[in-house]
Amino acid sequence: MQAFLDRLIADGYFAGVPPQIVYAIAIVAAAAVVIFGFVLNVAGVTTFIERRVWARIQSRIGPNRVGPQGILQWLADGIKLLMKEELVPAAADARLFKLAPYIVVMGFVAAFVAMPFSSVLIAADLNLGILYITAVTSLVVVGILMAGWASNNKWSLIGGIRSAAQIVSYEIPAALSIFTIVLITGTLSMQSIIKAQGWAPWDWFLFYSPFTFIAFWILFTALLAEGNRTPFDLPEAESELVAGFVTEYSGARYLFFFLVEWGNLYVISAILVTLFLGGWQVPPVTDNPVLLNLLQFVTFFIKSYFGVILMMWIRATLPRIRVDQLMTTCWKYLVPMAFVNFIGTAVWVALWPNGNRPVWILMTVLGFVLLGYFFYRVEFHRRRSGADLLFSPFS
Amino acid sequence: MANTIATYLRNILDTATTVFEGMAVTCSHFIRKPSTVQYPDRVPLRVQDTLPFRYRGILEVDLEICTGCLACERACPIDCIVIGATKDKQTKQMILTRFDIDIAKCMYCGLCSEPCPTGSIHHTPEFEGADFSLESMIRRYVKEPVAAYKPKKVETDPVVAPILERGMRYLEEFASPEGGPATPDADETESAA
Repeated sequence: MQAFLDRLIADGYFAGVPPQIVYAIAIVAAAAVVIFGFVLNVAGVTTFIERRVWARIQSRIGPNRVGPQGILQWLADGIKLLMKEELVPAAADARLFKLAPYIVVMGFVAAFVAMPFSSVLIAADLNLGILYITAVTSLVVVGILMAGWASNNKWSLIGGIRSAAQIVSYEIPAALSIFTIVLITGTLSMQSIIKAQGWAPWDWFLFYSPFTFIAFWILFTALLAEGNRTPFDLPEAESELVAGFVTEYSGARYLFFFLVEWGNLYVISAILVTLFLGGWQVPPVTDNPVLLNLLQFVTFFIKSYFGVILMMWIRATLPRIRVDQLMTTCWKYLVPMAFVNFIGTAVWVALWPNGNRPVWILMTVLGFVLLGYFFYRVEFHRRRSGADLLFSPFS
Repeated sequence: MANTIATYLRNILDTATTVFEGMAVTCSHFIRKPSTVQYPDRVPLRVQDTLPFRYRGILEVDLEICTGCLACERACPIDCIVIGATKDKQTKQMILTRFDIDIAKCMYCGLCSEPCPTGSIHHTPEFEGADFSLESMIRRYVKEPVAAYKPKKVETDPVVAPILERGMRYLEEFASPEGGPATPDADETESAA
């Protein structure tokens, strides 16, 4: 993008303006386009789709009145929340209370800087991209803790502290699982990790070795916990803490917290897709760069959105776990397993620096067999319930 | 020690297999038909049309067969029925000047329709009675004074006959002591039970 701006400046489009200001305005404009054009819409539509997915799992239909199939429900909800009064509790630390949502949103939006959309659509291909994303998404915990403390409310405080404990604990298995991929590729850059994979499932790192396959699920679990998603949504456990750290919030600030919660789903799956599922890799079907990038964008988005739906589906399936179980899961199970994976992958890479092709293909076949068995079980449960078959997602 | 390791590994295996199975159960709901009934506007059939003949919904009066006997007014325990009936001196004919039922008061007990000799006052399957004021919830059936119905041995009027037939059927099914038509089949099954 800088080269493009330099050419515009050389052509005299911004005569008399210092180039630094042109760069700054261009960065703000690009950020605004990404945030308003993509992040907000994805987070908003995700809230609607999540409600529809839950509804189907609970044999309901869900919102289907606002617009065709209820697709505009999220806009109605957003406008309603924006028009509500913003209360600041009298005993709250008003300044921190008002600041907290912005820090949460900042930590979330900053992840999009290194988020790849296609082979050229990336704001900055940082050479330590995945480390950067891990770091800035952890900034969310600062905002959550701040919100919990500044609300001056016991539920909020417990929610904030739980969130902090949870995110700090689950960073370890997450980072160790990420580093299994870094061991294989030898790079932290998001684009280079994707370029090291291929478009076909037998070129994905998910099936690279048994260790990466387990690492995928460890990372998935850990990222669920970091995103405060069920079954790890203890910071906002309704039955115990009212709404956790968002108890005292209302109006637009409440909206910000929920924007982050649902936007985070996309970030989580984008990380997983980048590391394990081949990112934006598509078969070489066209030479047209615009078309190719569009195809890559669509591929990446569909893969990521499948992960988002998987997380909604988990939320509708698994019950919330207890605090002690949360810590047991992390420290007694995920951390040792992640270490074993890490060492196993290191040995694997030392033995076969370019990957063990037969195992790679065997793992792919096993993965698809597992998927096939899963669908067999699904049909088994459907048939046993005696319910009518209906594939259409519409009502 | 070996036992501990076995328990540890079994916990991991149990987690994986039970989550796998649970996800399969919930996934099967994606291809099941939702059981929601989208009342009121997206139902295949009006709900009122699916209700049984004896459903105790909002009261209605067939003025064509009302005899003006005031039995329903006397039967009503909460006085939600008000009837104005006067006798015309010349023709010796009952004239109904007023027949109001306050739906806001009515408790759908059905005591009014039981003593009715013709089945004129009866419940309908209609239940959507919400309105904006109490005043508008009073159903006024007499717009202008009409002559009350005079029972005959055999009804020949082509307009009144089907209404009367329906009313008598209603009485038979609703207001009989057994609470239904006394068919031999029903008696047999009851005694058998």
